[in-house]
Amino acid sequence: MNTLLRMVGISKSFPGVTALSKVDFDLEPGEVHALVGENGAGKSTLMKILAGVYRADEGEIWLKDRRITAADPRAMIDAGVSVIYQELNLVPYLSVAENIFLGREPRRAGGLIDWQAMRAEVVKLLAPFKLSLDPRARVGAIGPAYQQVVEIAKALSLKADIIVMDEPTAPLTGSEVDRLFEIIRGLKAGGVSIAYISHRLEELHEVADRVTVLRDGQRMITAPLSSLTVDDIIRNMVGRQLTEQYIRAGAPSAEEVLRVEGLTRQGVCTDVTFHLHRGEILGFAGLVGAGRTEIMQLIYGYRRKDAGKVFVNGREVKIRRTRDAVKSGIALIPEERKKQGLILGLSVLDNSALTIFDLHTRAGFIRWRDIRKLVRQMVSNLGIKTPSLGQTVRNLSGGNQQKVVLSKWFVRRCEVYIFDEPTRGIDVGAKVEIYKLMESLAAGGAGIIMVSSDLLEVMNVPNRIVVVYDGRIVKEFNRGDASEEEVISYALGLGAKSS
Amino acid sequence: MKIDLNRILRSYGILIAFILICIAMTILSPVFLTVTNIRNVIRQSSIYGIMAIGMTFVILTGGIDLSVGSMLAIAGAIAAGSAKGGMGLELTILIALGIGLGCGLVNGLIVTAGRITPFVVTLGMMSIARGLTLIYTKGYPISGFDETFRFIGGADILAIPFPIIVFFLTVVIAWLVLTQTRLGRYTYAIGGNEETVKLSGINSDVYKTIVYMISGITSAISALILTSRLNSAEPVAGTGYELDVIAAVVIGGTSLMGGRGSVWGTLVGALLIGVINNGMNLLGISPYFQLVVKGVIIIGAVLLDRLRQEAA
Repeated sequence: MNTLLRMVGISKSFPGVTALSKVDFDLEPGEVHALVGENGAGKSTLMKILAGVYRADEGEIWLKDRRITAADPRAMIDAGVSVIYQELNLVPYLSVAENIFLGREPRRAGGLIDWQAMRAEVVKLLAPFKLSLDPRARVGAIGPAYQQVVEIAKALSLKADIIVMDEPTAPLTGSEVDRLFEIIRGLKAGGVSIAYISHRLEELHEVADRVTVLRDGQRMITAPLSSLTVDDIIRNMVGRQLTEQYIRAGAPSAEEVLRVEGLTRQGVCTDVTFHLHRGEILGFAGLVGAGRTEIMQLIYGYRRKDAGKVFVNGREVKIRRTRDAVKSGIALIPEERKKQGLILGLSVLDNSALTIFDLHTRAGFIRWRDIRKLVRQMVSNLGIKTPSLGQTVRNLSGGNQQKVVLSKWFVRRCEVYIFDEPTRGIDVGAKVEIYKLMESLAAGGAGIIMVSSDLLEVMNVPNRIVVVYDGRIVKEFNRGDASEEEVISYALGLGAKSS
Repeated sequence: MKIDLNRILRSYGILIAFILICIAMTILSPVFLTVTNIRNVIRQSSIYGIMAIGMTFVILTGGIDLSVGSMLAIAGAIAAGSAKGGMGLELTILIALGIGLGCGLVNGLIVTAGRITPFVVTLGMMSIARGLTLIYTKGYPISGFDETFRFIGGADILAIPFPIIVFFLTVVIAWLVLTQTRLGRYTYAIGGNEETVKLSGINSDVYKTIVYMISGITSAISALILTSRLNSAEPVAGTGYELDVIAAVVIGGTSLMGGRGSVWGTLVGALLIGVINNGMNLLGISPYFQLVVKGVIIIGAVLLDRLRQEAA
């Protein structure tokens, strides 16, 4: 048997979620094997297991007919597996050559770095790519396409025969993509195998030999690309089982609470226009990286917009910084709740009251009694388990920390709540709780925006869904009016499906 | 009920160290525990203690202010010039505080609007304010004030030296601000996680600017006391003070990363440095050796603090 890599029956669970169940994946020598699936389908988890970052709960990895038992990142690199992550692992201030040989610099007698040998080696590594890339150039200055080449050269210098590429074309322009494919074909000819993760289904036919589709942590199909159309692939990506209990938002009122017109920022989003009613939950669907988080941050004044107007209750509000947004009644509950929503070293009280100190100050002094009362009420409403309001948030469990972020915003009573990926990384029970909270806020007359990369969730909870692709709203649906295939097709930038 | 030794050490470690050192000094030197000596120690500690209170605000936000000594010099020199020019006590005080406030405002604006790290900005201000002081004084001290101005540094109220009263008032006001006002809570919050603060709809730049202004004001207060006490404004006054000031804050348990600490800690830190300086003088230890001891104590205090944090 000359299969290079076989991953057999791989399963992996995280607390509350099954990320992979009994997935097979293999690579022939000199093959490009594409791995596709919705956000959260398990692609990254599978590749991290291959890279030795995660350990599989079950299953076997065979590399060149040898079973890999103790997989850690170092061992997998030594075994010939290199991963090029979307967030490249390069040091911007060092040169191309130094990056390629980081930690393995050739030395001369006496311990000094042998620059000449290093450069000569790099020139040799880069030669097949036929590029004009100076080994002495600073990596930070060479642009994303060349940076990827540096990562590839690094992998080759490590004698990798398997290279995992995670969304390599995402940051590239059209001609750069063509050049990358050229390089990939060169690698194949040299016997290197590539596991290729991509959302850009239409480009797979150009570069990949086979494709494996994952859905919900399960392998749906593995087949030669020549036997599949893009529609076939999409059909395999969608159709997840409705295992979760979705709380469907009730009927909104006719009153408009938020309107955004022509929101634009160069390189981020273009002419984003939408409106939101009181009592409505509006879903923002799209792929990770489509620009939804950035759009919300622009509305909220956390980033500066080039153009666009925001109206709250029909009146235009000038939002230059987050303070203006909060004052006009907009709340943003960020995606990275621990990093962006909490101050871990401060108490539950301080964290929860951060948004309302300005409302409860008299003659310059904080009215702690009022604030305590409000926060205590919210802590009990949300069921936050903490020994006291003075407890440092760092000492709470993850789930309770999440709730502190919510309590911080709920005590303020805003008009519009923007939830960025509110259910990411939490288990099913907690998800339902979040849906209920959003629904009760909506029932109380607030408008809710729900940014979610979970397709089923975003199709089932909100009243309306807009689909974002490449910084634009490409389609709007009412709940129930669209099939999953339609939504994902818009999210992938493929537009209306013919069927 | 069980006594949680760890907790006590965590909350009062530096206070316990301070008390132990005082006991040791009392045993080693008959002079230490006399009213005159204690008054002297606290009065000497007041100068950089007051500045350390302002510095506590800055460090709580995760910043640093290296320009305190130079701000003291320029505020002192201009106050001296005003006093000699017959401006009157109130106006002299206002001018000095205004100078401190102005320097702090410049620091704060460059840190926030210019997005330059506080270390660099205040290092620059340290040089600028010192240079301006030398230009203003032409390198000579400004000496000899009337009785009213000398009151600030020299007078006693109910047998307590006025500088000590100002020091303790500063501590109490700072404590109230830190615990009972938005500025105070935001100061901790910014040091804890500025991104969260911004995303919570708070204009953190405003508050960051204010803490540098506070540091400027406390430097000016110390400038008034020092100038009045010495009956002279020296162009080189306050040189190297930033080290004792930062040391007092750090020994007091305020984290240089920001977000954690208190003015009570700084109070103890300032007194501890005062007692150690005084104690070694009383014991006849060479001033050269004193520097070494002080350095060891600074590193030791932070090391202990880190070990306690890790144990927590």
